[in-house]
Amino acid sequence: MASQTSNGREITYIAAIAEGAQAILAEQDNAFIAGEDVAGAGGVFGSYRGLLDEFGPDRVVDTPISEEGIVGLGVGAAATGLRPIIDIMFMDFMGECMDEIANQMAKMRYMFGGSAKLPITVVTMSGAGLNMAAQHSQSLEVWICHLPGLKVVAPSTPHDAKGLLIAASRDDNPVFVVMNKLSLRNRGTVPEEPYEVPIGKANIVRPGDDLTIITYSRMVSEALTAAAALAEEGLEAEVIDLRSLQPMDTDTVIESVAKTHRAVVVHEAVRFAGLGGEIAAQIQELAFDDLDAPVARVGAPFSPVPFSAVLEQTYLPNADKIVAQARSLLGG
Amino acid sequence: MSQPSDDVLRDIHRRMVRIRVFETEAGRMAEAGKIPGALHLYVGEEAVAAGVMVHLSDDDWITSTHRGHGHLIAKGGAFDRMFAELFGRATGYCRGKGGSMHISNMDLGMLGANGIVGAGPPIAVGAAFSTKFRKTDRVAVSFFGDGASNEGSFHEAANMAALYKLPVIFVCENNGYGEYTPQANHQAIVDVADRAAGYGMPGVVVDGMDAMAVYESAEAAIDRARSGEGPTLLECKTYRFFDHVGVRGMGLSYRTDEELEEWQKRDPIHLFEARLAELGVLSRDEAAGIHEGILEEVKAGIEFAESSPLPDPNTLLDDVYA
Repeated sequence: MASQTSNGREITYIAAIAEGAQAILAEQDNAFIAGEDVAGAGGVFGSYRGLLDEFGPDRVVDTPISEEGIVGLGVGAAATGLRPIIDIMFMDFMGECMDEIANQMAKMRYMFGGSAKLPITVVTMSGAGLNMAAQHSQSLEVWICHLPGLKVVAPSTPHDAKGLLIAASRDDNPVFVVMNKLSLRNRGTVPEEPYEVPIGKANIVRPGDDLTIITYSRMVSEALTAAAALAEEGLEAEVIDLRSLQPMDTDTVIESVAKTHRAVVVHEAVRFAGLGGEIAAQIQELAFDDLDAPVARVGAPFSPVPFSAVLEQTYLPNADKIVAQARSLLGG
Repeated sequence: MSQPSDDVLRDIHRRMVRIRVFETEAGRMAEAGKIPGALHLYVGEEAVAAGVMVHLSDDDWITSTHRGHGHLIAKGGAFDRMFAELFGRATGYCRGKGGSMHISNMDLGMLGANGIVGAGPPIAVGAAFSTKFRKTDRVAVSFFGDGASNEGSFHEAANMAALYKLPVIFVCENNGYGEYTPQANHQAIVDVADRAAGYGMPGVVVDGMDAMAVYESAEAAIDRARSGEGPTLLECKTYRFFDHVGVRGMGLSYRTDEELEEWQKRDPIHLFEARLAELGVLSRDEAAGIHEGILEEVKAGIEFAESSPLPDPNTLLDDVYA
């Protein structure tokens, strides 16, 4: 259950992941964490610092650089009764393990007629903005959203990072928790005790009547900045943080669009064939009569993520681009 | 090395014959158009599954391949539920959702046939991790082919199993062909077992047509795994009498009939029956009686499948999620 008793304590997004991981190992005897550099180094981002000392090498397991082997280990361990937390350092590395994700993890329960259960949590990092170039900066959530059998969440805040990670670990299905690396040092209020942010429930982070901005992950903060700028022009944007991409809380989106009559979908991922296309389609299927304008989309251009800062900043969606889309929707 | 009792010898024989008769009749059903989809049959390779599985209990795990019926039968799979699955019926082991290439039974420790070549070894490593994590003496056996030994997944799994000293037995069923490509055209080595040295585990080559040889080598590897000494790569040289998919064995473009005939002279069931007769464990007549009895069981299994209901279309979305 989501808790409101944070007492104003603020910690970083990365510290919130670490707290969530610690809480999972403390409460679930069958849980373990495996991945590259998760034990001795405490995770390359610091996500698991201190856990090796507290829980020992049987439950915090350094692996070879072998993503297919690591994910396969998670699949086999989960099918036989454990609750693995599998760390894929950068989601760009999913290319190395896509068979175990797409053909094994996602399908085993269904192919076996329901006799297998796969309570796996996969923690991975998305996003650009750190000059990590084309192979360490991608937002590939749509790859996994397209696979029936997987759940996908994408926390935007320290609070949601901890709560969604714990919810994922308690779920009996494979859940990908797509963290964002540019958000790692962001601070926010986080309760000390374990709590869940429910999977499948969106969060209206800013109410408004004039248009709806639907987004997730780091683009939530860009959308809020855009909404503040629009407010100065007298336009009140409602901002929805989806938090959970699969399953998706379509009801909250549709209710909002029924009120505002205009929608912009925003994500950092490449716009073409991104989740924005799916969300726009659902809005037109379910709320066509409510719309006063076509559903707009803001996403990255059809390009690999560039290295040089000037190119990377040109590539990235941001508040200014969201404001421009919103204005054009409102005929401004 | 323990000398197998007469009961164990008869058990190995029975498992082999169960596979042979099931697969032969399944092939007939496919040719008659009664089994849809792709069928990869295990005829010729029975000594491997039987010689390994006789050492395992339901609590030991296996991962299988696209050619997986033999593994499930040797692990204790029931003909009726298996045929029902091949026929796509609601009473099948996977309720008609898996078919031949995904046939499985978690209660028997069978983590599925697998349509992806090489996908099994990492999953077996996970199952072995699980048994070690719980401090049990259970093992995981991963069956795969010479073709799969060229997949990166096999190498990653072998390295991790050796690194963590996990109770895994990698059983390579080297039938000389990766699909239709002869071994000499898909890898530069003759013995897949040579690769074991690269991971720091023993590699053993065994005659996969000789059930006794498989039995003995598997026992050593499994004992080693159970006592915490880690994995073994056990390569069984074998041959499939049928085509990669379906039944036809003769007249294929990618192999000669003479080659097939040479291997058929060493039919694993004939070899084993000759041995058991020599040892006075099982007479020729008794063996023939076992074949007949199993054929009756197979026919009953087919009847069960054919009279079983098709899946309710409303179950389409069941079990996508738990």
